[in-house]
Amino acid sequence: MTQSLERSVDVEELPPNPVDWSRVQKWGALGGLTMSFVAAIGMVTALDARIIISPWLTMGFVSVGWIPLVYGSIAGNEPSEQGPARAVEGERELVSGLVAGLLSGLFFALFIVLIDAVDFTDIFGRLGPRLVELLTFGKGLAAASAMWIIGSGLLGLAGGAVSVVPRKVRKALAYGIAGVLLVALMEIIVTDITQGLRIEFLSDWIYALNGGLTNQSALVVGLLSAVLGWRSSDQTLTERRQARMQLDPDVRFRKNAIAIAITILAVIFLPMILGGLTNELLANVGLFVLMGLGLNIVVGSAGLLDLGYVAFFAVGAYLTAVLTSPFSPSWAPELTLNFLSWEGWVILGIVLIAAALAGIFVGTPVVRLRGDYLAIVTLGFGEIIRILFLSDWFAPYFGGAQGITQIPSAALGPVEIRGTSSQAMFYLISVFVGIAIYVAWRLQRSRAGRAWTALREDEDVAEAMGINTAAIKLTAFVTGAMFASMAGMLFAVKVGSVFPNSFKLLVSIVILVIVIVGGMGSIPGVIVGAVVLIGILGGPTQPGLLQEFGEFKLLVYGVILVVMMLKRPEGLWPSLRRQRELHQDEIGQDAWLQLEQGAAEGTDS
Amino acid sequence: MPVLEIVDLKKGFGGVQALDGLDFHVDKEEIVSVIGPNGAGKTSFFNTITGYFSPDEGRILFNGIDISGHQPHEITELGIARTFQNVRLFPNMTVLENVMVAQHCRSKTGIFGTLLNTRSFKREEAEIEANAKDVLAFFGERLKGYRWDQPAYVLSYANRRRLEIARAMATFPELILLDEPTAGMNPKETAELTDLIRQLRDDKGFTVVLIEHEMRVVRDVSDRVVVLDHGVKIAEGDYETVSHDPDVIEAYLGRPAEKTDE
Repeated sequence: MTQSLERSVDVEELPPNPVDWSRVQKWGALGGLTMSFVAAIGMVTALDARIIISPWLTMGFVSVGWIPLVYGSIAGNEPSEQGPARAVEGERELVSGLVAGLLSGLFFALFIVLIDAVDFTDIFGRLGPRLVELLTFGKGLAAASAMWIIGSGLLGLAGGAVSVVPRKVRKALAYGIAGVLLVALMEIIVTDITQGLRIEFLSDWIYALNGGLTNQSALVVGLLSAVLGWRSSDQTLTERRQARMQLDPDVRFRKNAIAIAITILAVIFLPMILGGLTNELLANVGLFVLMGLGLNIVVGSAGLLDLGYVAFFAVGAYLTAVLTSPFSPSWAPELTLNFLSWEGWVILGIVLIAAALAGIFVGTPVVRLRGDYLAIVTLGFGEIIRILFLSDWFAPYFGGAQGITQIPSAALGPVEIRGTSSQAMFYLISVFVGIAIYVAWRLQRSRAGRAWTALREDEDVAEAMGINTAAIKLTAFVTGAMFASMAGMLFAVKVGSVFPNSFKLLVSIVILVIVIVGGMGSIPGVIVGAVVLIGILGGPTQPGLLQEFGEFKLLVYGVILVVMMLKRPEGLWPSLRRQRELHQDEIGQDAWLQLEQGAAEGTDS
Repeated sequence: MPVLEIVDLKKGFGGVQALDGLDFHVDKEEIVSVIGPNGAGKTSFFNTITGYFSPDEGRILFNGIDISGHQPHEITELGIARTFQNVRLFPNMTVLENVMVAQHCRSKTGIFGTLLNTRSFKREEAEIEANAKDVLAFFGERLKGYRWDQPAYVLSYANRRRLEIARAMATFPELILLDEPTAGMNPKETAELTDLIRQLRDDKGFTVVLIEHEMRVVRDVSDRVVVLDHGVKIAEGDYETVSHDPDVIEAYLGRPAEKTDE
């Protein structure tokens, strides 16, 4: 029994793997194609304005430069998920990477020659002389082509080398590169913080006058990050979290309490030292966290794919507008969202009740549906609600396409929380996010939470366990709707006006992507997802940290979604349950092996 | 009065008459086996009792209440629990959670109690957990201790079957319907489970109806055996009587070829 489990093979005895030329060709060609595509859609031109290292490296070049590096690494790296151990890495990886890189470069050079010869500006606005000028560095076509081919080859070689060098080195390099990129991209935030702390000299030294790092600061930042990577723990985040779960409950409780206290302090003090722009980003992130937490209950816990979630957001926003704005077309009670008087609480109550009713209204017909059917029907409902607000029928009450404007600011007693004051807005939103996190956390580990999980796992059996699936689905819908309506209320007072077009299908999809990217069913996952997608890339209408990305936002969302589904389907910060689910085979296999070993040793469990 | 009494039950799916006028009854603390060749309508029978199918005709009386047409969760709440032919656990919930969720209909704390973390909520949660551990203890050391926090999918096949029974027990039923509880088990595990089924009645006081193909189990546990074929009851009685019944032998083995003159 134990004999058959001996799986280690002496690596030295295996012959070196030959270069897989068809694989190299494939990835080389794909690399060239991707580079041309990125250039053709105008990313290189648009992102050229964002300087990473002044003056020679811009985001535009990074947007094509990563391709030979990554594809070169893939070309040399044979998938080794199964089967016997591989021979030691070496020559093969380097050669594959280099050739794939050279091929990509060649392909891309041909693309440059093509757009130089034919002016496509009339058809594709971006494929013109401007792009050629940028891609040839003003050095003539032949020299530039040679540079691209050699440069790509070298990047490919570096990509191939990634799997050859020891893990520590690889990690240090990755941290170094990521550090430089991050510091360069977060220029606004870093400057903001240093100004808040009155240590401007630091940011003055780091950043060049026209943006981006200087050569020296890039070197320093890169080195520091590399040291950090070198010294960082070898455990993955998941391993660390699993180790944490093994801890004594008391110790774990104390550690969690400290982490929560630090987070709360950061939320309280960070906005004070941050400037308007960063606070604005954070406030937007907060709004989407609020909605994400709600959808996380519906999709993540209960497994009901709701694609019309924006409807509840719209209900919350419109009701707030009607109740507060003097410009509400038919009925304008002109309340203020003041949480130190009864008016604020009345608005909150009405919004929540209306959202619950809307949840029941949408939920009742769909609770008998499952899976895809439910998704399609909710998608329809989401659009119906938006079109209703836009319609002539509702125009006398909700203003039709003109929407409702002049929504007054929220307040706390005599203190006005202006929508334009992003710092105050951030505090207001944080309070609601805090409540939402508490509610979501309590619900997860309760009778209702267990019933939702059971529902997601197997609806028929849940029914046999005495769970009223229709009622529990409706509860999930209503809870999710309430979260979204609170976000809608805050959105209305933040922006000061509501229009039907703020509530497009895209919003639902973006929230869903946040939940998926962060990790379904995971509360910290929603926050991570919102920070990455809304904070860095930007929301449906809100600009993010990378403003230049604006027009490519949806493309990048798509790419992130595809890569995540392939490489990390459980999300960035998954719930442990979801992680188990998606890696069931591996864990099941390990457990089986352990059992077998236990049986072989005569310790039957 | 019988616990479960079924009169003239009919259920058809298009051209197939799965249940064709079935009469059936179980008395309190009785173990009844339902046997019959594949396609005889045994699982359809269970699905109809538990509310997954609504009967075309006939009455299903559980303790005198007509439950035909009720929702499955209502029937569970009234006191009928079931297992499934192909084990259906909640694979990613832990063993303990699987049994805890089964007490859903026996607990009542709503959302507000949960949010406010009221004392009754805490007490109820503790109670649910204690009940779950208690039920799992029925299976000896099999589903105890470190197993509590393991996801259900790491369990061995036999343990999954056991957990499914535990989950049915945790709904605090009066009647348990077991759909082929020993399918796929080895002889040793089968013998163990046979004892357990008997204990379900003797120690826990459940009334049990089981569908079973393994004749040794049927012989060892049943007070009474009911044989179905084509949705009709073709025989009923103790194991000895039924196993020698010519109709039953015919249903399983087919009719002997008629001798002709040629």
